Amino acid sequence: MTIREVTIEDLKRILRESAGADENVDLDGEILDTDFDVLGYDSLALLETAARITREYGVTLDDEAATSARTPRRFLKVVNSG
Amino acid sequence: MAPNGLGVENYWTATRNGKSGIGRITRFDPTGYPARLAGEVRGFVAEKHLPSRLIPQTDRMTRFALVAADWALADAGVRPSHLAEFGMGVVTASSSGGFEFGQGELQNLWSKGSQYVSAYQSFAWFYAVNTGQISIRHAMRGPSGVLVSDQAGGLDAVAQARRQIRRGSKLIVAGGVDASICPWGWVAQLASRRLSTSDDPDRAYLPFDPLACGHVPGEGGALLIVEDDDAARRRGVRTSYGEIAGYGSTFDPKPGNGRDPGLRQAIQLALHNAGLVPGEIDVVFADAAAVPALDRIEAAAITAVFGPYGVPVTAPKTMVGRLCSGGASLDLAAALLSIRDGLIPPTTNVSLAPEYDIDLVIAQPRVGALHTALVAARGYGGFNSAMVVRAAE
Repeated sequence: MTIREVTIEDLKRILRESAGADENVDLDGEILDTDFDVLGYDSLALLETAARITREYGVTLDDEAATSARTPRRFLKVVNSG
Repeated sequence: MAPNGLGVENYWTATRNGKSGIGRITRFDPTGYPARLAGEVRGFVAEKHLPSRLIPQTDRMTRFALVAADWALADAGVRPSHLAEFGMGVVTASSSGGFEFGQGELQNLWSKGSQYVSAYQSFAWFYAVNTGQISIRHAMRGPSGVLVSDQAGGLDAVAQARRQIRRGSKLIVAGGVDASICPWGWVAQLASRRLSTSDDPDRAYLPFDPLACGHVPGEGGALLIVEDDDAARRRGVRTSYGEIAGYGSTFDPKPGNGRDPGLRQAIQLALHNAGLVPGEIDVVFADAAAVPALDRIEAAAITAVFGPYGVPVTAPKTMVGRLCSGGASLDLAAALLSIRDGLIPPTTNVSLAPEYDIDLVIAQPRVGALHTALVAARGYGGFNSAMVVRAAE
């Protein structure tokens, strides 16, 4: 169970820390429903992000769940549903 | 990408002027280790040259390789997006893979737990990762690979590039880049028992010298753009650094069975492959192990092929150290630049031991027209390779 909700701002920070940011992508724009492929994050980037979320927020995500969420909105839903 | 200069012109200017990049290790505290000197690449800030996406997933050696590939492609006037993707490949050599990255993840594993191990460890350590990252970055989907033969790899990769071009590829990014100056890499290198334990950067790495006492390791290397001649002309290339004329490679016999080490034969194979006689070689870039038994083998091989004092010999790697897979590629670059400029760089700090009948270029560079060079390289474990390069027609 998460201690507090992971927000899109939290996710953006963790994505940047885990995997950097594509110079052609504006992460501060409307990205909640943008595919991670378009944002420049492959499955390893998402695995790395999931591991960091586990460390920071205590929620355990399985690899399958982490990499099958195609957009930030869906990813946050998986994370925050405990 | 060299300890005495970043980029071709910086490296070559330093090398012509005998400027060394060897010093006390700064990447970690070498106090207490038997060897404390290395050729470290200075002033390289990866973030200045690479997008942030690539930083978390790359070891230092991969960052060097990516930037070196960028610079090589720019130097060759290549825009990969303008060329057919299956016609371009990448063949690199590697000795250690991403050791520093791997050490960090091992430290995370044992000090914090498995959740702290980077997902990128899955490939960042791997010997082929430089090939992989370069090929992904530039969408080079043609035949690619990696050679792992220590110092000989720098030639073996370029030879493999030539094979692929003969089989139909148009362009191959080829060469070696290594970086393992971290505690884990250091103990691995110490295990070879070939490292100099001197603390004096100018007296530590002395190949063919009476006081030869092992080598100083270094990091870096070189990447070269190898192309099919016709394809290069079609895309408008007017000048090149030269051409690969010949290559030979052997493996040493099992110790104790009385057969000769393989370096002489590798040199002879390279000459035969180039269709040249020894007298047509203008300079030899030596492997220069600086272990007396190995120096003796190399000097004997050179003398056997070229005759006593039969060809100028040099080892500018005294200024940068032995760069594992990067060493021989950097020597190829130096050989091609020597041909371009008509100048043999010196083997710095060395006085030639009287037992060797080789014309070693020491003290200062030797000026004069050069057309053809031979580069020799030996890898720990018995690898011997030699390559002949010459001025473009």
